[in-house]
Amino acid sequence: MAERDSEAPVEREREGGIAGGGEEQFGDKMPRRTYQRRRPRQVIPDYIDWKDVDYLRQFIPERGKIMPRRISGITAKEQRRIATAIKRARSMALLPFVWE
Amino acid sequence: MANRTYEVMYIIDPDTDLEKVTKLNEAIGKLIEKEGGTIVRFDDGGKRTMAYPIKKKTEGYYMLYEIEGTGQEILELERRMRVNDMIIRYVTVRVDEDRKKAEKMRLKREKRTNQRARFRQSAEESNEMAPEAAA
Repeated sequence: MAERDSEAPVEREREGGIAGGGEEQFGDKMPRRTYQRRRPRQVIPDYIDWKDVDYLRQFIPERGKIMPRRISGITAKEQRRIATAIKRARSMALLPFVWE
Repeated sequence: MANRTYEVMYIIDPDTDLEKVTKLNEAIGKLIEKEGGTIVRFDDGGKRTMAYPIKKKTEGYYMLYEIEGTGQEILELERRMRVNDMIIRYVTVRVDEDRKKAEKMRLKREKRTNQRARFRQSAEESNEMAPEAAA
């Protein structure tokens, strides 16, 4: 786990060097992403209830956006389910689309 | 066709009288049963503040029906809800598949822990159960 995390930024830098020609305009504006530590992996229940607002809130930072996977540290499968649940809750005004 | 389970949630205009709200809920319940669905659960969420205003309203009565049926009743129900002025928002979610998946995952995990426990038991050759097995 730790090994993979430390390798990731190196790989990204190398990629940027090769594909730099194609993405010139983004090249120097792109902030260097150095997330060394992920959150410890947490246990996600098998069934995520989209009505359980209090549970879903832990994946929503102040701004109201869905927490990205690189920060929440959950698996892609779980992230997908969480995201759907949040979107369902949003459509019923249980959760905000944006927080001021 | 196999039976499906749906969750139907709808928000009623906060300015309607309570009498009308109960009447509407009853009417919806009747409609579901008439169309061949069975009501598993009905939840009156009461008046609560919405996360953002809908139609200039900041509150709403939240109602939830859990329905078992073929999908025909959902079709009719949604058509009725769309034209009803009291209902300001509704959503239908099919839940049986997700629940089945969750159940499957749970069984899988249980099986794995059991297997581990058995393996440990035979390896240690003692009556003491591994603490991880219980967890």
